[in-house]
Amino acid sequence: MARVSVTVPSSAKRGEVIEIKTLAAHVMENGFRHKQTGEPIPRDIITQFVCTYNGVEVFRAELHPAMAANPLLVFNTVATESGTLEFKWLGDNDYAATQSASISVV
Amino acid sequence: MTSRRQFLTLVCGTFAASQAAAQLDPNMQALRTAALASAIRKVTGGQPIRTGKVKLQIPPLIDNGNTVPLTVTVDSPMTQADHVKAIHVFTEKNPQPYVVSAYLGPRSGRASLATRARIADTGKVIAIAQLSDGSYWQDSVSVVVTLSACLEDGLI
Amino acid sequence: MRVALAVLCFLLLSAEIPLAERRSGYEFMGRETRAMQDDDSTNPALFWLADGEALWNRKDGAAAVACSGCHADMKGVAARYPKVASGMAVNLEQQINGCRTERQKAPPLAYESRELLALTAYVARQSRGMPIAVEWNESTRRGQATFNRRQGQLNLSCAQCHDDHWGRSLAGSTIPQAHPTGYPIYRLEWQGLGSLQRRLRNCVVGVRAESYAYGAPELVELELYLMWRARGMKIETPAVRP
Repeated sequence: MARVSVTVPSSAKRGEVIEIKTLAAHVMENGFRHKQTGEPIPRDIITQFVCTYNGVEVFRAELHPAMAANPLLVFNTVATESGTLEFKWLGDNDYAATQSASISVV
Repeated sequence: MTSRRQFLTLVCGTFAASQAAAQLDPNMQALRTAALASAIRKVTGGQPIRTGKVKLQIPPLIDNGNTVPLTVTVDSPMTQADHVKAIHVFTEKNPQPYVVSAYLGPRSGRASLATRARIADTGKVIAIAQLSDGSYWQDSVSVVVTLSACLEDGLI
Repeated sequence: MRVALAVLCFLLLSAEIPLAERRSGYEFMGRETRAMQDDDSTNPALFWLADGEALWNRKDGAAAVACSGCHADMKGVAARYPKVASGMAVNLEQQINGCRTERQKAPPLAYESRELLALTAYVARQSRGMPIAVEWNESTRRGQATFNRRQGQLNLSCAQCHDDHWGRSLAGSTIPQAHPTGYPIYRLEWQGLGSLQRRLRNCVVGVRAESYAYGAPELVELELYLMWRARGMKIETPAVRP
């Protein structure tokens, strides 16, 4: 079932600054909530996000419990060359998700 | 005259009012303020933080504190010589102060980050940018967070 | 004093909103929340829509047939639900489960389950932009009676807030007119997708009344009346709401 979504332009001019939108399906349980019975609900969040462009890291983020559920990260990168953008999310309880997108730079 | 909180509880009839952090125990508030200061200090290494260059866009009156869209932009040419290395976002009243830390560089092209945060209560949201020359800049916005009407309260 | 004034206001008779003055809940939200709904690539409902598409095309049940095996597309369908069949009002979720049990010979999906929400969202999304068109009949009339009936410890009817006092503040939020144009919605309060029935049950908790069970005729008839009250307004599924 769908877990992450990435929106990247399929092509761009060399040197153009492009916008990348990423969304991950995740409850981001903050660890501060309690059940009706009083037991604490343990933290379960995405903690890291990395974007690499032909293997080179171009963006990284550390996420904390104050990030909303289904976390959105929108950032920019320069379209330097054609190739592959790879996206990786890591989190509590061995959560891991990856996605990749191709870009053609003219 | 009934206080606003009592009126809310009467009309809404939910228990959510009692869970809101607005009337936080002064000790708890002091702890959170100290945690915020400590978190900022950790990120800046105690360096002075100037106001400017950073723009934090966030609705001043928030529809729902569970999901608050915000955007941080920093005025920077993003060249090798002069760029933003990191953007950090904090809140004043959440149980812990960090929201997100983003690491950028000259390959970013533009210093901009859009995301959605959780904001527990009315207070300040602070965005701090670390520049390549080692300087720190900030912007902060005071936001109002209200209770949502008609909640679930153990129903589902 | 404040409480007395509020009670006095609520004693005024309820009047239906004139058709021309009807406004979607979209217009009562902040600009940023609206942007969340407008951008298909960052509306979190996209995950449920993707799951819904997969479920739509998946063979299921003893009959081993997919929804797509019988149906071409669902354009306009959600705009016409709830419908009345054999004297009983049926909403979209119940229709989907009806197809599952009768055609696919598969067990029905639980209310508010991820699968049912995903399928309902996928179907309703295909009516986006189309005007709501449900029928007025005995079931709609019963739904209207529920809408206008005082209930709960607070002794409030839906009409008192949503017909008479829409636009004013309740607990710091603006009271919308309560048109179900975008269901299932991504509600920020739930941080997830949910159905109209879930939202109605929340309202019922709000007036401190005992809630109807999911699928209860009273709830479906109320859904039908709400859709009739919103007739002509455009479907916005999947909407984002506070």
